[in-house]
Amino acid sequence: MYNFLTGPMVWITFLVVVVGLTYHVVTYIRGLDWRLDRVGYRPNMQYGLKGAARSIFFWLLPWGSHGWRAKPLFTLLFFSFHIGLLFTPIFLEAHNIMLKDSWGIRLPGISTGLADFLSWVVVIGGIFLILRRIAYPEVRILTSAYDYLLIVIAVSPFLTGLIARYNVGNYDFWLLIHIFTGHVWLLSLVFTRLNHVVLFFLTRAQLGMDYGIKRGGMKGTQMTW
Amino acid sequence: MPEGILCNKQPIVTDEQLKLTLGDKSGKQYYAEMEQLDVDTDKLWSTIQNTMKSRLKTWLNICAKCGLCADSCFLYECNDRVPEQVPSYKIHATLGEIVKRKGKVDNAFMRKCMDIAWSWCTCCNRCGQFCPHGIDMGVMFSYLRGLLFSQGFVPWELKIGSGMHRVYKAQMDVTTEDWVDTCEWMADENSEEWPGLEIPIDKEDADIMYTINAREAKHYPEDIAEAAILFHVAGENWTMPSEGWEQTSLTLFAGDWEGCKQQVLHVYDAIERLRPKRVVGTECGHAHRATVIEGPYWAGREDGQPPRPYIHYVEWLAEMLRTGRIKIDPAKRIKEPVTLQDSCNYVRNQGLKNITREIMSYIVEPGYFVEMAPNKEYNYCCGGGGGFNGIGKYRPQRNIALLKKREQILATGCKLVVAPCHNCWDAIRDLEEEYPMGLRWSFLKPLVIKMMIVPDHLKPQDEEGEE
Repeated sequence: MYNFLTGPMVWITFLVVVVGLTYHVVTYIRGLDWRLDRVGYRPNMQYGLKGAARSIFFWLLPWGSHGWRAKPLFTLLFFSFHIGLLFTPIFLEAHNIMLKDSWGIRLPGISTGLADFLSWVVVIGGIFLILRRIAYPEVRILTSAYDYLLIVIAVSPFLTGLIARYNVGNYDFWLLIHIFTGHVWLLSLVFTRLNHVVLFFLTRAQLGMDYGIKRGGMKGTQMTW
Repeated sequence: MPEGILCNKQPIVTDEQLKLTLGDKSGKQYYAEMEQLDVDTDKLWSTIQNTMKSRLKTWLNICAKCGLCADSCFLYECNDRVPEQVPSYKIHATLGEIVKRKGKVDNAFMRKCMDIAWSWCTCCNRCGQFCPHGIDMGVMFSYLRGLLFSQGFVPWELKIGSGMHRVYKAQMDVTTEDWVDTCEWMADENSEEWPGLEIPIDKEDADIMYTINAREAKHYPEDIAEAAILFHVAGENWTMPSEGWEQTSLTLFAGDWEGCKQQVLHVYDAIERLRPKRVVGTECGHAHRATVIEGPYWAGREDGQPPRPYIHYVEWLAEMLRTGRIKIDPAKRIKEPVTLQDSCNYVRNQGLKNITREIMSYIVEPGYFVEMAPNKEYNYCCGGGGGFNGIGKYRPQRNIALLKKREQILATGCKLVVAPCHNCWDAIRDLEEEYPMGLRWSFLKPLVIKMMIVPDHLKPQDEEGEE
């Protein structure tokens, strides 16, 4: 099982993720329609790209947009959670060793201490996101089981990774579960709303183009939307 | 009953049908018929499949249900923050549900959607600025309105409004003859005080073609006279078209996209016919949005631009004040705390926030201009946008919606509000009527007329004699 999950299954998962996310990007862009969206993308491309870049940049910057500043604590939670979620698996030393073994390349690694810290951030962040959904009526009304499931999917590899790393219980068992949940995590980037890993950039870019072209950009007004 | 006599899936296209619908006081029969109206579920689903592409489809799917849009919505705030008013919830409970059920929804559901689409959202687009994914619920509600209109589930007044545009090419029953007469009457009426004042109709190759909101022609003709006076004083070479003068679009509020296209083409035809160097639109937010911001797309213009440069009144006025073609008498500037209402439709939706403030800097004594909070592109809707002001059925909800603006104005301590938008002007008028607080409100035109320096050669002879 271990060999399958760390061997052929890695290839399958990576292939599905690359093809799947590319599919999302391509279909999104192809589905944009200047008439339906009422945005003249093509003739005003320069304004559009500028607006798209602004929109993405200010929303990737913690407290960079008015929206982020309106909810400073949530913003802190949100950014910590996402940084942990994306940085840890990519720069974790153990993953890098595996990468080196199979493909001969490696990325810069992060210290074990930092990896532990970031994983805890993800786990605790996930717990807060769940509590937030329960505590606030304006979020509770929007929440369904699916929303909880997505948080569980997102956090599982980190929780199981920590359990394995601290050698709680049977290491081999938790390592296997960690690898399994890791695959689920990656595949979910394609098949669930976690596809926002790429669609975030596309929807932001679209609204950025809308503002950059039609809603003020061509009037020389810079708005951070 | 598949289709009612008044409430049905066809837009009003004849004067006869228009009068028949208008004759139904408060839409009593209309709404009774609506309860029996069949939903064409196949058509609903096929329309969605044909028109719901990347942007809307992804917006519905990608929403993280994080609730960050809640506080952005003034209707959520002034309705005791009930969770049902959270923008994301509102759209998922309506459009989201229609999509989920592949269009298989019933009459009661469509009526619920109508209530939400026209009384729980003014399409002010503010929530879009607070969503990390850039989901603009205002755009989605606008789309939902289009679906509802095509199925006949539209408030009575907006069915009529859309019909007015289709029959009279204006949101009110102003014929070409009425219109030209009104202009002549206004020129005559003011000619004594303003010698040489003209309202030139259908002059070709003028520097400016001016377009208005039909309410001015029907109920507030002095607004046309005021514009004429200001063009006169500024020495503009201007004109108004006999056809294509109506810049507003209740069809936009109604979700009647075909009607939107027809209406904007009347204006663009006038532009092509008279060949002005540029076009100026009146102090109206949705008129600007309909004809300048969205209109080019309805008309099929891929660059998103009207046939000639087309500016909002505030842009023209700022230019006149900046270049000194209209001069303000410093002694007559506003010397009381005054605040400014930012219209969603040309501030949030076209970035004209600094232009209006530049105007305030010329007409208000320094130290007296007080900003609302929040303001500029983060302003709140006046409370009556998106057609809300005009729908009798939703008047109680609209009156609650006014409370946010009331709170904002009270916080400024001002009694005078400058509102360069017909809809905002109406909402603030109604605000004073519903919750008296001693407010006064004004368009820019009358304010500027009162405080500008009139060159001697434009003054009446006798007045000159007196001086």
